Amino acid sequence: MAIEVRIPTILRTYTDGAKSVEGDGETLSALIDDLEGSHPGIKERLVEDKAGSIDLRRFVNVYINDEDVRFIGGLEAPLGDGDQVVVLPAVAGG
Amino acid sequence: MLRIAQETYDAIVAHAKRDHPDEACGVVAGPEGSDRPERFVPMVNAAGSPTFYEFDSTELLALYKDMDARDEEPVVVYHSHTATEAYPSRTDIGLASEPNAHYVLVSTREHGNSDGPVEFRSYRIIDGVVTEEDVTVTAPETPKTNQEESTP
Repeated sequence: MAIEVRIPTILRTYTDGAKSVEGDGETLSALIDDLEGSHPGIKERLVEDKAGSIDLRRFVNVYINDEDVRFIGGLEAPLGDGDQVVVLPAVAGG
Repeated sequence: MLRIAQETYDAIVAHAKRDHPDEACGVVAGPEGSDRPERFVPMVNAAGSPTFYEFDSTELLALYKDMDARDEEPVVVYHSHTATEAYPSRTDIGLASEPNAHYVLVSTREHGNSDGPVEFRSYRIIDGVVTEEDVTVTAPETPKTNQEESTP
């Protein structure tokens, strides 16, 4: 199973500058674990511990086939062969 | 240093004044690696707040896909402060995630929605370190003469 993951500029230090990498997993959570194996350190930039459970960071947006994963199950969102995942840090501030 | 065209500068200021007292936000995209802010893209502040801004997540994806298709990047990321100086807040610094961008801050605290000068300042924000830079506003290109215009 191959899933294309688009990496934002700020996280390309973990992918040797690659704009997109391939990963594997039946859920977003599994995909992130797989990415951590090939690109150590990246997981910590995507998820955080919230009250004892792991969740996506508030200011990181992840999309599966153009859908914001927050509306389709978050880290448990299902993935299939050929899906495209896009990671984008929020553009936000005070 | 940020070099920005007068009309783009004016468009950012107009957006900030229009949205005051809420924060206004947007980008100016340009060819990747060029450092030329060319395409003004005002964004909706999904937070609709005088103290916070955030691009809507769906619009954020559309913006980045569009820039990707055009081989562009966000050369300028701008937003306004409506009650404080045009200097990055702690939140701005913590969330800055475009190491190649010029972060432009406009403060509308003096004149709000009305005419009058605004503070317009630009920064690099990399790994939590803020570096202010000069802003050079470039004059509009000289209009072409009639002879140079194509005939119908």
